[in-house]
Order: sequence, then C-alpha cells, then structure tokens
Amino acid sequence: MTDLQQPTRDWATTFDHTDEDYAQHAPEIWDDLRQRCPVAHGEAHGGVWFPSRHDDVSAIANDTERFTSEGVIVSIFKPENLAPMGYAPPITADPPFHAGSRRILLPAFSPKAIEKLEPATRETCNELIDDILASSDDIVDAAVRYTQHIPVRVIARMLGVPPEDGDRFRMFIHRILEKPGTYNGHVEPENTLVYYIDQTLRERATRPPQDDLIGYLMSYRDEDGNPLPDEQIFGNIGLLIIAGIDTTWSAIGASLWHLAQHRDDRRRIIEDPAVVPFAVEELLRFYAPVTMARIAKEDMVIDGAEIKARDWLLLPFPAANRDPEAFEDAGSFVIDRQRNRHLAFGLGIHRCAGSNLARMELRVAIEEWLRRIPEYELADPEGVRWSTGQVRGPRELPVRILQEA
Amino acid sequence: MRIAYDREKCQGHGRCYALAPELFDADDEGYAIVLVSGELTDEQLAGAQLAADNCPEYALTIEP
Repeated sequence: MTDLQQPTRDWATTFDHTDEDYAQHAPEIWDDLRQRCPVAHGEAHGGVWFPSRHDDVSAIANDTERFTSEGVIVSIFKPENLAPMGYAPPITADPPFHAGSRRILLPAFSPKAIEKLEPATRETCNELIDDILASSDDIVDAAVRYTQHIPVRVIARMLGVPPEDGDRFRMFIHRILEKPGTYNGHVEPENTLVYYIDQTLRERATRPPQDDLIGYLMSYRDEDGNPLPDEQIFGNIGLLIIAGIDTTWSAIGASLWHLAQHRDDRRRIIEDPAVVPFAVEELLRFYAPVTMARIAKEDMVIDGAEIKARDWLLLPFPAANRDPEAFEDAGSFVIDRQRNRHLAFGLGIHRCAGSNLARMELRVAIEEWLRRIPEYELADPEGVRWSTGQVRGPRELPVRILQEA
Repeated sequence: MRIAYDREKCQGHGRCYALAPELFDADDEGYAIVLVSGELTDEQLAGAQLAADNCPEYALTIEP
C-alpha cells in the first residue's frame, strides 16, 4: 500500500477520481483511505470530498435534507439553482419534486416489465457472440465487441430509436462521465446529447405516439390532464441514455474480467443454475460500477472532515461495498454469499430506477457468454484498461477464447 | 415467526421477490408485496430470512 501513498501522491489529500492511477488501483486506495482517512479530499474539479466508509456513504445517501442531488456528476461546472428538478430528473431531483417524477418512470422498469425484455436481450447477446465466433480470432476484445453493445441496444429498443444511434450514445457518455469538463468548447453542437434529444423529440412530434418509452413520456398526462413539461421529458430521456449504458456495460465487463481469472467461479455458474442469482449479486457488490455525487447544502463535519455548503461529495458505493465493517470477509469474492445488502444500486429515494433492467442484462450477458464460451482467459492482463471517473469498468478487455461450446 | 415489512423503508430494490418469490411479489412500481400473513412454516422461514438478510434498506425483519 505504501507505493500508493508515497512518493507521488497521498490520496487522502490529493484525491482525484479522474486520474488514471485511481482507475487502475481504486480498490486498494479505498481500503487504505477507509483505515486512515475516512473522508479524503482533493482540490481537483473545484474541490471534492470522498467518504470511503459504508456508514458515511449510507448516511449521506439517505440524507436529502443536508445534501442536494442538483449535481450528481462532479465537474468544475457545478450546477446551481436547478433544484428541485435538475437537468435529468429524477436522479438530479430533490424532494418533494423527486417522488412524482420517479413514479412516472418506475412502471417501465418494474420486474414484470423488464422480464418482457429478456428474450430480446438474450438474442442481442447471441448475435454479438455469433460475430465474435465467426471471426475466427482467438483473441477478442470483450469490452469492444461484446459488453459495450448490450445496454446500448437494449436502451435504444426501449426508447424506440434506431439501434445505430448507440454509437453516438457512447460518445456522449464518454464526454460526460469519463472526462467531465475537459471537452468543453471543442464539441460541434450537432454532436451533443442536447441536440440529439431535441432532434429526436421534434421528429417524434410529427408522428402519432409510438408504443415505447419516448411515446409514453410524450403522451403522459397527470390527474388533471396536463402533459409533462418539455424539460422533464428532455431530462428523462437524457437520464435514460446516460445512466443505463456505461454503468451496465461496466458491470458486465468487470464480471467477465473476474470470470476470466476464476475457473472455479465459471464452472459453478455453468453447472449450478441455483447459484446464479447469488453470483450476480456478488458480482454487483464486488464490482459495483457507480459512484454518485451530492452537493452539501450546509456546513457540517463528517468523520472530522469540515465540509462547507456547496462542496462536492462523491458517494462511492463500490468502496462502501468492500467495507469490512459492513460485510463479512468483505475483501473476498464469495460466489454464493448469503447475506449481501450491497449498495451497487445506491440506497434511499434515489435507488437506481433501472436496477431490475441492469440486473437482467448482467445475468443474461454472463449466462450467454459462458454457455457459448465456457473457457477463456485474459489475453493480456496488463492491457486491461479501467475507466476513469464515476463509472468504473474495463474499457479494453482482450480475452483469449479457449473453448467454444 | 412472521414477516414485518416497512413500506416506508422499502425502495424497491427487488431483492426479496427475486430470492423468495413464493413469499413476495412486486407492485407495478417495483415495491414489495408480502404474500403470506401470520406464522411462517419452517420452509417459509428460510426464504423469509434470506430476503431479510439481503434487503439493502432493512425494510424486512423476521419477528416472533
């Protein structure tokens, strides 16, 4: 651990989640900080606090009085005066506006609604695997050729936009999440998410409502017969594009990375279907991709850290998930863990609205990969590149296929 | 033993009805519905305990 503290930097005082070193060493950094500096700080991005203990992360996630969700992606451009809706409700919304905006979306993501998407998701996975196996390459990049395409295609289908728009979604996401702020001023307006949504809604307005999520939002009427405000529809669509894609692709990628290195876990999943629900939750605990953020609404002290009103705080669910105070044998991957109250999807009123979808995609992606490619290994362990920013997962994942089913 | 469900704490994580569908269902928004009332059989108790042990919000408890 000393090599992480010395001599180049001390993560407790120069924390930066967008640093390549953080991306490569995050779990070790969390373990180190949890023990000696439970709320780290860094000056980057205008100043950010980083609590690493489960207790603090849970308390902040549940405290909508002292923290606002007006900003959930740390950036030098700190949102202000956007409450209560924010730019992408309900994730950026605060009470009391939050509950109503969330209730509109929840039915589309309920377990029963998501079940209906499972056959098409399975088909998508198999199309991608068909292409991989047809290419006769024994080394393939599983992130580039498999994981990144799955959530893009599922979300495009849910929204009712052409599947080929997915490539543009990945570009928006890379800019917004992986390197926040750094692309400012260099993007053509027609290559922005705002332009994309605007064009999509204009085009949809010329046609009768379709039976998809955009159609649902456009034709939604409240009890008094009022439509949703344009900015709410706009924000909802932005959220669905941003929140549901690299998050899920990161979880699938990290899971395939883990399984590539653990033959026992691969065999267990293939041979014992009853373990699959437990394995999926343990993969979510151990490789939770999402770190959220909040902005403090007032001055306060947390574990000795003197936080000021309007300061950014990161909410690292992945770090909380590995806290030994909260999980037995927290640092070990236990494929059939029986007590697993993990926070991969957050806690409290902002629990990931798409969690049922993400869980289904992760399960199906792993099941189909292992069914068709039961034996594979990392082709270049050093060549695996983990993403920077608030969504953690492998962006390059070269694997060698050892056996096709 | 019986299931105590706190609707105020439930945030619709869906762990209970995934782990013990014989005891829990989900409403249209994904919040839990407890399907059994009263005393649990031994077999039901195992499923109920599993659901409670995996609820991130501590919305489920098993009570005498």
